[in-house]
Amino acid sequence: MAIKSETLEKNNPLLVPETKKMIDQILEENKDLPGATMVILNELQSKIGYVSEPMQAYVAKKLRVPQSLVHGVVSFYSFFTTYPRGRHTIKFCMGTACYVGGAPQLIEKAKQILGVDPGQTTPDGSITLEVCRCVGACSQAPVVVVDEESHGRVRPNKFPQIIRAIQEADQAR
Amino acid sequence: MAFFRSHILVSVDPECLKRGAHDIVDHLHDELVAQGLIDEVQVLETSRIGDPYAYGPDIMVYPEGVHYVNLTTNDIPYLVHEHFLKGRIVQKFVEQKPVVVDEELGPPKPKEVRVVLRNCGKIDPNNIEDYISEDGYLALAKVLTEMSPEDVIEHIKRSGLRGRGGAGFPVGHKWQLARASQETPKYLTCNADEGDPGAFMNRRVLEGDPHSVLEGMIIAAYAIGASRGYIYCRAEYPIAVKTLNIAIQQAREFGFLGENILNSGFSFDLEVRMGAGAFVCGEETALIASIEGKRGEPRPRPPFPTVKGLWNKPTNNNNVESYANVPQIILRGADWFASMGTEKSKGTKTFALAGDLNNTGLIEVPLGITLREIIYDIGGGIKDNKGFKAVQIGGPMGACLPEKYLDVPIDYESLLSVGGLMGSGGLIVLDDETCMVDIARYFMEFTQDESCGKCVPCRVGTRRLLETLERICKGQGRHGDIELLEELCENIRSASLCGLGQGAPNPVVSILKHFRHEYEAHIYEKRCPAKVCRDLISYEISKDACTGCTVCARNCPVNAISGERRQTHYIDPDICIRCGICAQVCNFNAVMIK
Ligand SMILES: Cc1cc2nc3c(=O)[nH]c(=O)nc-3n(C[C@H](O)[C@H](O)[C@H](O)COP(=O)(O)O)c2cc1C
Ligand code: SF4
Ligand code: FES
Repeated sequence: MAIKSETLEKNNPLLVPETKKMIDQILEENKDLPGATMVILNELQSKIGYVSEPMQAYVAKKLRVPQSLVHGVVSFYSFFTTYPRGRHTIKFCMGTACYVGGAPQLIEKAKQILGVDPGQTTPDGSITLEVCRCVGACSQAPVVVVDEESHGRVRPNKFPQIIRAIQEADQAR
Repeated sequence: MAFFRSHILVSVDPECLKRGAHDIVDHLHDELVAQGLIDEVQVLETSRIGDPYAYGPDIMVYPEGVHYVNLTTNDIPYLVHEHFLKGRIVQKFVEQKPVVVDEELGPPKPKEVRVVLRNCGKIDPNNIEDYISEDGYLALAKVLTEMSPEDVIEHIKRSGLRGRGGAGFPVGHKWQLARASQETPKYLTCNADEGDPGAFMNRRVLEGDPHSVLEGMIIAAYAIGASRGYIYCRAEYPIAVKTLNIAIQQAREFGFLGENILNSGFSFDLEVRMGAGAFVCGEETALIASIEGKRGEPRPRPPFPTVKGLWNKPTNNNNVESYANVPQIILRGADWFASMGTEKSKGTKTFALAGDLNNTGLIEVPLGITLREIIYDIGGGIKDNKGFKAVQIGGPMGACLPEKYLDVPIDYESLLSVGGLMGSGGLIVLDDETCMVDIARYFMEFTQDESCGKCVPCRVGTRRLLETLERICKGQGRHGDIELLEELCENIRSASLCGLGQGAPNPVVSILKHFRHEYEAHIYEKRCPAKVCRDLISYEISKDACTGCTVCARNCPVNAISGERRQTHYIDPDICIRCGICAQVCNFNAVMIK
């Protein structure tokens, strides 16, 4: 879903009627579950793409818990982000097998091509680089996960093609 | 009409055209003429074949159905000669398939015995009837109609099944403790967090045979008297979560979950809860906190979860593989299970083989097998004819074992006696080009990053360990560093609250013990014997071997390489970041590490 840029600046999808509706729906469906906080945050992260401060405050209000508690959970888990990611994510597995299998070299290559470090998004909002732990495909090391799709045995000289494919798909959008 | 024995379809999708598909067509035509094949082989233009962004320009050759990809006009003469004149498929142009799951788990190899993995890859995980036709849910029916909860516990105890999540606590015994707790309701959790890098056994079972885990959990719930269960699955496994949810839904429809299961009067239901990328949530008290919706911080034990677990109620927690064994033990008998393995470690265990091995992937073997049998007989030995250096077993809390321990039988006690740990089953084999100090640093980076920060020895101690190791890898090691490492390790081990902190020093300690000379070379000689640590090496291009093909210069991420085509290239040491990409891409082994 395309999110308007002024909302991105304010980091508050609650200001957009359609995303607010999604958020309300997620809250409504899950708020009575035992241990609802994690379930709701996971849903928000996957459907909205991030859990910003205003969203955390909203969740806290609906669940009738202090905002500090929600914030504590968000900051504990590495999957939750408080800012929007790019339209595409490239995750580098840095698990043991991938580390010895050449993941650091791929990261160098990506930094060179895109000019951003892991944890950052390209200025055009297209690609976010991330480093993650073992994605469970170790026999294919090194593994790079593009959005939901994993690529195994990626060599540094084949890797630019993967990036190019994302960029071109993104421009064709 | 001409009869063609072969057809070449050339993709002329717009992207392929941009990449020169028409030139490929022209060159194919010219080359077929030149080699006298133009009456036998027909060239046709077609729309997209594979993903043009990944593979263009690409062609498909029939009748073989071979997909040649990323072609250039220079490739054509060779391709035509080999494929159409000599009839040999040119492997180097053939599409390399992206991650195919079944490379992980082929047919059983010699010495393998598949219990937990028996259905994986054979049945459709999204169809409960497939599982039922393999005697699925028969064990549950037997338990509910013929056995009391005490019978079930006795049966599992007699089988000798121990927890597969790492510590090896006897499963039947844990169930008994949970049953003995008086408070209600009781809960059941399944640990599907599988956080050890290099381990993917649980994922495969969840994705390939989810009902075996569900059935094991329902039987456990009956045995301890639990009414509700949770499978805590890591967020990195979206397919497993999806598969489990389908399986749970189907099990409900068939009456294996929910109220009054199979008319026995016993009710139980379960759901999947997702983690969010915190390794420490694999620790059982942290896992419980996370399901409760809190920060996943461990708490001291006792009280153990069997007494005070989820929402302070008695909770039985087992690993995926522990549960998946249960239905088979019920059906085939405790004695059958106990006939496999060693005196104190019964049954089979799945292992994930990764690293510098010829055959990586999943295996399941009887406990008591040796590391040597796994690495050489099943794993096919070390890749690229290199030598063996170490095997990492037990994950980030485990150890690196050298050659001399390869004949130790793999069981819980034997591994502990050599400073190792069974762990969850990840085995990463390292060849002789691996720097062990770098591996120690890598693991410390991992644990330091994953420490939840609740207790000081773990939070601060792992950071200091990491700083020291980083210094050593940078060539800034000092006299006394080895002793400093040893002291830090001991403090962290003895004073940390949970298994993460207590186990964090293990990789460092085992490497200190078995590869001390590598630490010494880094510290005293400022030398990395395996030529890995970036600050202690430099890259140079050999005059004799370099053909001036420019591939290194084009791939260097920092443009440190200069040189004209067909001239010897040169690496500027001031720009070079020593990433090693040039050495990886050079086809002539011209890049030397000094
Ligand atoms: C830091 C840490 C991480 C752990 N990660 C896992 C894990 O990913 N999977 C698992 O089953 N057990 C893990 N454990 C072990 C669990 O605490 C617990 O012992 C296990 O789930 C019990 O199940 P079992 O008796 O069936 O093995 C971990 C322990 C620690 C200290
Ligand atoms: S030992 Fe480490 S991970 Fe465990 S509770 Fe303490 S700080 Fe957290
Ligand atoms: S280490 Fe990368 S997939 Fe396991």
